[in-house]
Amino acid sequence: MPKAKSDAKNSEIAAGSPGEEDDFALRSLQQTHAEDRRYSASKEELLHFYEQMLLIRRFEEKAGQLYGLGLIGGFCHLYIGQEAVAVGLQSALKGGLDSVITGYRDHGHMLAYGIDPKVIMAELTGRHSGISKGKGGSMHMFSVEHKFFGGHGIVGAQVPLGAGLAFAHKYNEDGGVTLAYFGDGAANQGQVYESFNMASLWKLPIIFVVENNQYAMGTAVKRGSAETHFYRRGTAFRIPGMQVDGMDVLEVRKAAEIALEHVRGGNGPVLMELSTYRYRGHSMSDPAKYRSREEVQGVREKRDPIEHAKTELMEMGVSEASLKDIDKRVRATVAEAADFAENSPEPELSELYTDVLVERY
Amino acid sequence: MAIELKMPALSPTMEEGKLAKWLVKEGDEVSSGDILAEIETDKATMEFEAVDEGTLGKILVPEGTEGVKVGTVIAMIAGEGEDASALEAPKEPEPKVEAQQVKSDVVQEKPADGGSGQLASDARPKVRDPEVPHGTNMKTSTVREALRDAMAEEMRRDERVFVMGEEVAEYQGAYKVTQGLLEEFGPKRVIDTPITEYGFAGIGTGAAMGGLRPIVEFMTFNFAMQAIDHIINSAAKTNYMSGGQMRCPVVFRGPNGAAARVGAQHSQNYGPWYAHVPGLVVIAPYDASDAKGLLKAAIRCEDPVVFLENELVYGRNFELPELDDHVLPIGKARIMREGKDVTIVSYSIGVGIALEAAETLAGEGIDAEVLDLRTLRPLDKEAVLESLAKTNRVVVAEEGFPVCSIASEIATICMEEGFDNLDAPVLRVCNEDVPLPYAANLEKAALIDATRVVEAVKKVCYR
Repeated sequence: MPKAKSDAKNSEIAAGSPGEEDDFALRSLQQTHAEDRRYSASKEELLHFYEQMLLIRRFEEKAGQLYGLGLIGGFCHLYIGQEAVAVGLQSALKGGLDSVITGYRDHGHMLAYGIDPKVIMAELTGRHSGISKGKGGSMHMFSVEHKFFGGHGIVGAQVPLGAGLAFAHKYNEDGGVTLAYFGDGAANQGQVYESFNMASLWKLPIIFVVENNQYAMGTAVKRGSAETHFYRRGTAFRIPGMQVDGMDVLEVRKAAEIALEHVRGGNGPVLMELSTYRYRGHSMSDPAKYRSREEVQGVREKRDPIEHAKTELMEMGVSEASLKDIDKRVRATVAEAADFAENSPEPELSELYTDVLVERY
Repeated sequence: MAIELKMPALSPTMEEGKLAKWLVKEGDEVSSGDILAEIETDKATMEFEAVDEGTLGKILVPEGTEGVKVGTVIAMIAGEGEDASALEAPKEPEPKVEAQQVKSDVVQEKPADGGSGQLASDARPKVRDPEVPHGTNMKTSTVREALRDAMAEEMRRDERVFVMGEEVAEYQGAYKVTQGLLEEFGPKRVIDTPITEYGFAGIGTGAAMGGLRPIVEFMTFNFAMQAIDHIINSAAKTNYMSGGQMRCPVVFRGPNGAAARVGAQHSQNYGPWYAHVPGLVVIAPYDASDAKGLLKAAIRCEDPVVFLENELVYGRNFELPELDDHVLPIGKARIMREGKDVTIVSYSIGVGIALEAAETLAGEGIDAEVLDLRTLRPLDKEAVLESLAKTNRVVVAEEGFPVCSIASEIATICMEEGFDNLDAPVLRVCNEDVPLPYAANLEKAALIDATRVVEAVKKVCYR
């Protein structure tokens, strides 16, 4: 083969994908984050985060209690332990513009978006005043008003749906970003990677958030995932990854800001892995046989996001009494939500036939 | 105030369980999240966590007790400033909390039509096709052109409408249905996707939830099997699950049914599959006028629509009224040929076969009416029953498997609601109940044809 020709072939190959490596670095955002890891919150901001996290925790505890009393049926997945993820990320969003979508462990994300605890709890008890009129239940809740798009019961389905929401943001040129949450279990679904591909190809404004709570139901990450560093899983699609401590609300908030700046700049998606932990079972019926009690207790004692924020607040000079006041206020809110949820009527039987289709034909 | 700890229900079906082990003892301080006890059910052992904080007072149910009913008070917790040792069991045993009771109270009163209300909604206005004004020019158009024109007109009318799918843009459509759209509307609105049906069906569905009007083209509906989860679980159910908050105005369209000589995996009619699902609108037109008028209606519709085309019909020519805005009503059947002796019900490519059979039958003195369902969900039950009342005999011609088919549904409707008008059993003429073979002779033997329809009609006419 003449030399010139072979050179031409080589340069052709060089002009292909390998040559474009320069403009992609998996850890580009991670490095920025490493340089400035934590958001410097004012006392008021941190108090607000603390109160939101506490609200989620107390709400979920109450939900667990109501489940035990038979007032909540079916599946009920609690967010206890993971509070800093939703609160830290969503505090960085532009309310009314950015959209949020998640899977079936969705109560915390709704509370973090300021949705009334009463209508969430009433949905859990299947009452007419529930946010879905009692027709959705724990896994299927939505608030179009808050741009919270569910609440999806099929593992991983929210990822392409989220990419679709991001597609709409881009199409409408409204500057909005979508936050699509999924778990370490959902991260193994094929549709997630189909979505990564298209989101990156079309530079969709989306942040993919893997809430790595270490267990897909009862399967530990290392037993179900060949690559356990989920933030690396966007590499094949040229999506930069970030690995974030999901138990520290201020670290989460800072990471969110870095990711959002990248995405709002028209640079396409970001994949964030939030390392977190769920204290409770996968759902209410969980045999608790796949991990030791010591492991759970260890995380609670050493990494609890709420205790962490509490310590920090006290260092900032917040008195124990005022933290107790917050706790009282939150308990009162949750008690009110539970009362509302228990005392609201069930949906009218005629509701069975409404909302199947929007139009009449 | 003292808090009663009750035997929890740890699964939806649990009614009682064994209190296997106490992990705390009387007088212990407990705080929220502490594991208090292990409880065994028939399925598993589970941990029972504290929700409130306080001091554990009396343990009322000792460990090892079996058959503890859900809701039984098993221990007491003293709140702040209370003396835990002074706590006593509640005077009267708490009634068992019946998790299932709530459910059994709700005895559903079935609506009069046996629950098929969504097949054809009640109390709806009698909508028929709009009159074509006298003197309207009729032009000849293929179904392919009619579909393309429908999309182009709606894209001109509404900025939110876009089309996405495999090879819809630069290739001009695998079956040329999207020909010319890229040139007119550009790559923002005519989008080539990678070959990832599950993913792009989800993106289209999400975009509809986000306020756009996506048209998602499947190269064929056989490939939509990869995406059926989003069509059913995401698109069809969300409005209901959200109590009417979240709409999903997406159109999934593409060729459906058997093509020619492409074998089993590329030859299937999904009409009955989608028509089964509440929350979807399913349309399967036959001619160019219906293809155009109904696709335009589908794009404007607030509900998710599955729009089933047929590759073998794409190139056929039909008369089409030249109107500025040719929109037809969804959910309405159309009488393609009037007759008095027998009704042949069909849809999509089957309509052509039914019309051919009717021609043959006319030569033999049987006057057949041909009813094109056009929409499979909601099904125009009234039109079927009206025609049955007139002819007293029904044959269904369907290019698809016979079991659990649209034909089965039509037969049921006639039996349930038109029994007194039937002079003969309803007969189904469908494809053979086998995967579609490749060999030309076997394929021909597997698919419906006019001869079989004629035979069935003669049977119900006792001729």
